[in-house]
Amino acid sequence: MNPENLMEMAQDIVRRAGAAGASDAECTISEGDEFGVNVRMREVESLKEAGSRGAGLRILIGKRTGSSYTSDLSLEGIERLVRSAIELADITTEDPHAGLPEPEELGKIEGDLGLYRPSVADLETAFKIEAARRTEEAALTADPRISNSEGASFDSNLGRHVFVNSRGFAGEYRSSYCSLSTSPVARDGESMERDYWYTMARDFAGLEPAESVGRTAAMRAVRRLKPVKLETRKVPVVFEPRTARSLLDNIFEAVHGMSIYRHESFLAGKLGEKVAHEDVTVIDDGTLPGLFGTSPFDDEGVPSRRTVVIEHGVLRNYLLNTYAARKLGMKTTGNAARGLAGNAGIGHGNFFLEKGVQTPEQILKGIRDGFYVTELMGFGVNIVTGDYSRGAVGLWIRDGELAFPVSEVTIAGNLRDMLMGIEAVGGDLEFRGSMAAPTLKIGEMTVGGK
Amino acid sequence: MEFSESVFATRFGITRHDLEGYLSEALSHGGDYADLYFEYLQTSSISIDESMVKSAAQGVSMGVGVRVIAGERTGYAYSDDLAPEKIRKAARVAAYIAGGPSKVEKFDLSEGRRHNLYPVVTAPTETAFSERVELVKRADRAARAWDSRIFQVQAMYADNLRQVMVATSEGVLTVDRQPLARMSVWALARQGEGAPQRGHAGGGGRVELGYFLNEKTPEHFAAEAAREAVTMLDAVEAPAGEMTVVLGPGWPGILLHEAVGHGLEADFNRKGVSAFSGRVGQKVASELCTVIDDGTIGGRRGSLNVDDEGQPTQKNVLIENGVLRGYLQDKLSSRLLRSESTGSGRRESYAHIPMPRMTNTFMLAGESDPAEIIRSVPKGLYCANFGGGQVDITSGNFVFSASESYWIEDGKLTRPVRNATLIGNGPEALKYVSMVGSDLKLDEGIGICGKEGQSVPVGVGIPTIKIDRMTVGGTA
Repeated sequence: MNPENLMEMAQDIVRRAGAAGASDAECTISEGDEFGVNVRMREVESLKEAGSRGAGLRILIGKRTGSSYTSDLSLEGIERLVRSAIELADITTEDPHAGLPEPEELGKIEGDLGLYRPSVADLETAFKIEAARRTEEAALTADPRISNSEGASFDSNLGRHVFVNSRGFAGEYRSSYCSLSTSPVARDGESMERDYWYTMARDFAGLEPAESVGRTAAMRAVRRLKPVKLETRKVPVVFEPRTARSLLDNIFEAVHGMSIYRHESFLAGKLGEKVAHEDVTVIDDGTLPGLFGTSPFDDEGVPSRRTVVIEHGVLRNYLLNTYAARKLGMKTTGNAARGLAGNAGIGHGNFFLEKGVQTPEQILKGIRDGFYVTELMGFGVNIVTGDYSRGAVGLWIRDGELAFPVSEVTIAGNLRDMLMGIEAVGGDLEFRGSMAAPTLKIGEMTVGGK
Repeated sequence: MEFSESVFATRFGITRHDLEGYLSEALSHGGDYADLYFEYLQTSSISIDESMVKSAAQGVSMGVGVRVIAGERTGYAYSDDLAPEKIRKAARVAAYIAGGPSKVEKFDLSEGRRHNLYPVVTAPTETAFSERVELVKRADRAARAWDSRIFQVQAMYADNLRQVMVATSEGVLTVDRQPLARMSVWALARQGEGAPQRGHAGGGGRVELGYFLNEKTPEHFAAEAAREAVTMLDAVEAPAGEMTVVLGPGWPGILLHEAVGHGLEADFNRKGVSAFSGRVGQKVASELCTVIDDGTIGGRRGSLNVDDEGQPTQKNVLIENGVLRGYLQDKLSSRLLRSESTGSGRRESYAHIPMPRMTNTFMLAGESDPAEIIRSVPKGLYCANFGGGQVDITSGNFVFSASESYWIEDGKLTRPVRNATLIGNGPEALKYVSMVGSDLKLDEGIGICGKEGQSVPVGVGIPTIKIDRMTVGGTA
């Protein structure tokens, strides 16, 4: 067997599992080459380059499962991988809902989804260092108050993903990624603040120019200087796209099939009900060419697809893998996701809130006193109850304009009310990663301060 | 354990001569320093959900990371294949950042000093699973039996054995076997048709299975998780605004981790981007506060015989009677700052560059009676347990979220309060500490600290303390 042929290797592992007594088996092999360089204060600070691979196996013996993984793809390593998974089936419990997808559910999107641009592999090291250097330089020279920096990075990754199961599915795809980011530090007297900005794409040509990334990061850091801590009050809160995205993360967790069947989500049992303002439509789409949430098939070998999660405020679908679907008496939505080891979990494709028609300026216009959130901190979101309380940084909105920076405050509410209270949806939707939202305005939240 | 008994010598046949050769290759383009970090990690995990053991997994990963330092530059490469030609290739890639003739000619590796803080355990993947399965089943039964309002329980047991070897161009060779085990229990409670509430508890350390059979049993964690879930059923809305906050002992020590710990990591201070930069010798807390980071406590989750740069860990005083004493140093920062490593260089795995990190961070006990501290508060918030926290080291602002807290009214704990985030500023927050209890407690062993994409296990601890002023982020 050729060790470079990962598909053959995965098929061999599945066959060996069958021979060792598994009634079903699924094998994932991932391979990746990473590169990263960080330039700080105009000098290379660190440079990292390496490749790695690993295999994961999940087997079923009847309705019992076992899993294993290894980074040792020698014959000895593979024999041990199979043995390890098989022996674990002895200690797990028969679960009537365990099992692979039905054969008719398996499949993949054919054709080029634009996930892989081989040109990323051809970039010269000196060129990548220079891109990071230009990004930081743009930040350092954008404003005299930019006094320091945590540096700028160029990162790239080339990956290969193989999935094979014992019901005849065999799929493989490659992906590429590169990004530029920088984190400048601004200073004015005693006040010191940092912020960051970044761009990511499938190839270098798809990135925003280094200069624009640097300038945006600098502007964001500078506008935070000399912040005010306010008195506690209830006001309208506007989330810029970068922070609005985190609300999508909360919605994703709340429609996650595993949380639904366990009743550990405030959206459990709410299908068909109004859960958000009628201007809110949330989509999961794993088929959009080139984007970072796109794939031809999910991690159980089911084709990726478009699922409407919330339609004009009404909850239409949960996101499911085969297991959660069976528990709920539904069909998988092709959202299985897994690392190398363990049962499939649930992930998302391109998960986004559909854009509205207002510009961010129009949304701000109508607000006399409000809070524009540019950064959120901490983990104060409880998906079971919907309770929401997070640290926040941003700008105060006065008479429709961004007036002065605010920090060391919290914003709090309940996600139930917050989703219903999304009064305005911006037209500024753009994908920076697999989750995206435009500017959003929530009618009222508690801003906690002095 | 000696090098000759390590898995790297016995299974992979690596010799001292090989290691010296790899280090020479790494410094072939110059550079001030090089090191090799070999890792062989065996893991296992078992989880129960709906009283069914639905998942069991085990696996192995291995690799070597090669680092070259030249001035402020770091070159890094790794390989998950321990074949000599792959390691040499990684060494050449790591050498890219250096330029010039090799400075270090010859190495004579000798074995370095290390502590003996944890038991030598058999790898989880080489021991029987039956006893470990029983742990999650016991947790499931105990949580359900604790109260009839508990309707969902999940429990997880995970353990691993990390075998490491560090060889440095300073001539030091260190090997270590680092066990780590953890149990977690989540319970959901519901009363009638009301909304569910969740409780969580967990713990462990660098311990053997026996720890969970004799010291902290599945029943202990199950009862804690169930109690928290049931308690929260009656919780009222959290308040918003500044008030007196009392932190209970143990895990609330995460305050120290966020408020001061990260800000004192030397990399941020060397670069001048921390709110604590240049403040050594200044008063940053009330004089009741002495904060320690100690990697040498036996069996603790954050403890290490040697750090991930082969340096023995130590007990570091961060703040003494309110005065900032020092930073947490790794090799790079200590070279550049011309001081000593504090044994604080840590990394997530062979694929990661080490940096200064915390181990077990806690505040020394004071003299106040914990009950007296609560009695002294006419109106405030008592926080018994927390979820995670986060800090912006540049502005110094930090948050952490209270998962179990109570109103203090007229010196007594009254109603439980729903989840709320607390927010403060690192160099300021501890100045408002007005009472420190005599009841220092370390957490149960569940902390995971994330920094620049790398996760490492840590511990925290604190006695009961009273903070006169802190912002609570509720809605009421």
